[in-house]
Amino acid sequence: MLGRSANGIFWLFRSLERAENTARLVEAGFRMALTRDARDASDEWRSVIVTLGLRAMYEAKFGTDYAGPNVINFILRDRDNPGNVLAMCELARTNARMVRAGITREVWESVNDSWLKMRELLARPVTEMRLGAVLDTIRRQSTQVRGAMEGTMLRNEIYNFARIGSFIERADNTARILDVKYYVLLPSISYVGSSLDNVQWENVLRSLAGERAYRWLNAGRMEARGIAEFLILDSRFPRSLAFCYGKLRSNLAHLAREYGCETEAHAILEEADCDLHTTTIDAIFEQGLHEYIAKFISRNTRLANQIQHDYRFID
Amino acid sequence: MNNASSSSYDEMFAADGSVRPAYCGYSEWFGDQPADLLRRKGTEAEAFFRRTGITFNVYGSEDAEERLIPFDMIPRIITAHQWRRLSRGIEQRVRALNAFLHDLYHRQEIVRSGRLPARLLEKNPAFLPQMVGFTPPGGVYTHIVGIDLVRTGEDEFMVLEDNARTPSGVSYMLENRETMMAMFPELFTRVRVREVSDYPRRLARSLAACLPPAAKGHQPVVAVLTPGIYNSAYFEHAFLADQMGAELVEGSDLRIENGRIAMRTTQGYTPIDVLYRRVDDDYLDPLTFNPGSQLGVSGIMDVYRAGGITIANAPGTGIADDKAIYSFMPEIVEFYTGEKPILPNVPTWRCSEPDALKYVLEHLSELVVKEVHGSGGYGMLIGPTSTKKEIAAFAAKLAARPHNYIAQPTLSLSTVPILGRGGLTPRHVDLRPFVLVSPGGIDITPGGLTRVALKKGSLVVNSSQGGGTKDSWVLDD
Repeated sequence: MLGRSANGIFWLFRSLERAENTARLVEAGFRMALTRDARDASDEWRSVIVTLGLRAMYEAKFGTDYAGPNVINFILRDRDNPGNVLAMCELARTNARMVRAGITREVWESVNDSWLKMRELLARPVTEMRLGAVLDTIRRQSTQVRGAMEGTMLRNEIYNFARIGSFIERADNTARILDVKYYVLLPSISYVGSSLDNVQWENVLRSLAGERAYRWLNAGRMEARGIAEFLILDSRFPRSLAFCYGKLRSNLAHLAREYGCETEAHAILEEADCDLHTTTIDAIFEQGLHEYIAKFISRNTRLANQIQHDYRFID
Repeated sequence: MNNASSSSYDEMFAADGSVRPAYCGYSEWFGDQPADLLRRKGTEAEAFFRRTGITFNVYGSEDAEERLIPFDMIPRIITAHQWRRLSRGIEQRVRALNAFLHDLYHRQEIVRSGRLPARLLEKNPAFLPQMVGFTPPGGVYTHIVGIDLVRTGEDEFMVLEDNARTPSGVSYMLENRETMMAMFPELFTRVRVREVSDYPRRLARSLAACLPPAAKGHQPVVAVLTPGIYNSAYFEHAFLADQMGAELVEGSDLRIENGRIAMRTTQGYTPIDVLYRRVDDDYLDPLTFNPGSQLGVSGIMDVYRAGGITIANAPGTGIADDKAIYSFMPEIVEFYTGEKPILPNVPTWRCSEPDALKYVLEHLSELVVKEVHGSGGYGMLIGPTSTKKEIAAFAAKLAARPHNYIAQPTLSLSTVPILGRGGLTPRHVDLRPFVLVSPGGIDITPGGLTRVALKKGSLVVNSSQGGGTKDSWVLDD
């Protein structure tokens, strides 16, 4: 396949994944904000903006006023935020158009359909009243694309580049959420056992769609270390770092088999994957959760760049 | 012109209101359908087109970056008998076009014999000196041709235009049929219509039959070259690549390696055997033609001439569909086939000839005047629907550069009904059948693309000017 097409399919799935994760983050923030008084609510919204790396851009426009509707619309559809969700959907569609000959009709139609729906939903400002429906649609649409992909795509290089895009992005998103919220997860004497703490922890899980799975596995006990372990090391949970890297390993292995050789990207992956498999949550906390995650994010970026280079995404 | 419809030949209804034979089966089915069903289906079809992304980009219109070509659900129907005659005529014409191209770039017998004035080639930008003395692989110049036909009566079909460069619209022909079959499946069990869906397979086969000398014995590598996603016909480029299982490449994917044109794949550069380019000659090779082009590949013409790649259609085929050459097509057909043309031309005045110019200037209000090198319905005058002021302004342009124009009578084009608000209402149509040429022969897909002027009385069917399309049926015997 063309290097340019590999690039297109990689970014198609990265942007879809990002749109979906952003929606989840907004959803969790919204839920938190609803249960707080006004000041805590805007703290919550600020934290969402910070997690998305949009603080400077947001404050340039609104100052430190973190009113819900401002934040929501800034994230979902504001042109002053080039990474808004609508722009992500549009980018996904542009890439899908570019690689149209490499994806099935069903995948193309579901991407195109997502874009049409999002464009319509986000044509006017989103009120808190409509927010639920909008976020729901975003999640539903990405599920639909994933389903079309699973059900119709040949398991060849194209499929594997798509999956690599998804999991690189997902690992990055999970890591960033952890990084911004890490202070919440650090056991602190004054907060331990307080109800705020529990709600905050649950919120971290909720923004990664893991609250139910975690509760189910831990019989409802909320505990910082347990949550961090679940999100980083539990390879059963589909948004954990270990899960993403398990998938990346098999996708890259597929490419090595199909092309008959491994590349430098394989070496970076090996290193990261090995780290996730041999470390323990105690070791991570000892080293410092923030340091551990910062290192992970930078290696994840390095892996993405290496893949783009090894497979000639650009000239 | 607004009342031209009443005097035009309608393909569905005879003057006495009876249904013509071609439409008998359809009309019976149509009569069984509740009136609002078809209208509902119309909305359904539009949603279908939007979802599948069958859009085209319109240059110079900001609000509508991607537009749908309006689709009308009443099919355009041609009987098996009519089609037999049409396809004979088309085959003859396409055969002549290829022989003509070969001759123009070699001995120019037709000029020597005095049948074609040499001045038509001199200074004609569509004639490429780079092609002189070179024979494309398999001897094929126009791998894909679109012949635009208009009809004025029961057996009166005329060729309005030959498209020998990169004719477009075939994806609409295919998608229109898909749409019709999806919406009215039972209709196709009642009326036997000839299949068009294997066009991409035939195209792939016919391209692969023209391998360049440098191609190795392996499976032929075919790629479609597109200017990119912002091109008006991008949907079609992607569609055809997808359907043929070919790579869809852009200029930036290509470079020359070991005397071949190679595309950058995830595993390095792979040579291409046949390039179905949807980029104009002018943009194909910045070294040879337009130096500012980002769309082509530097040096591709040298590789081509050295036998490293097949380019479809061959560069320089534009000379054959030049409107100044068009008026000589009857002579050209006769010269190369030794037969009278089966399909006539539309009568044409060459404004470069003083007598013709005089006549045209005196009759502007009755004529259609076209630019020799124009296309897409731009820069033309339709006398009968133009104001005195427009005509005067055009006359000045025409008098200043007469060789730039040809003129034709305003034909009373045939009509086919469309489904309007008040039911069936006639609209003018044309037909573009698609023709594939390979060393093995000429292959015509039954039917083609019917374009329809949606405005009452209008004769302009171009999609860029608000025209629509219809599914085109050739009935099975």
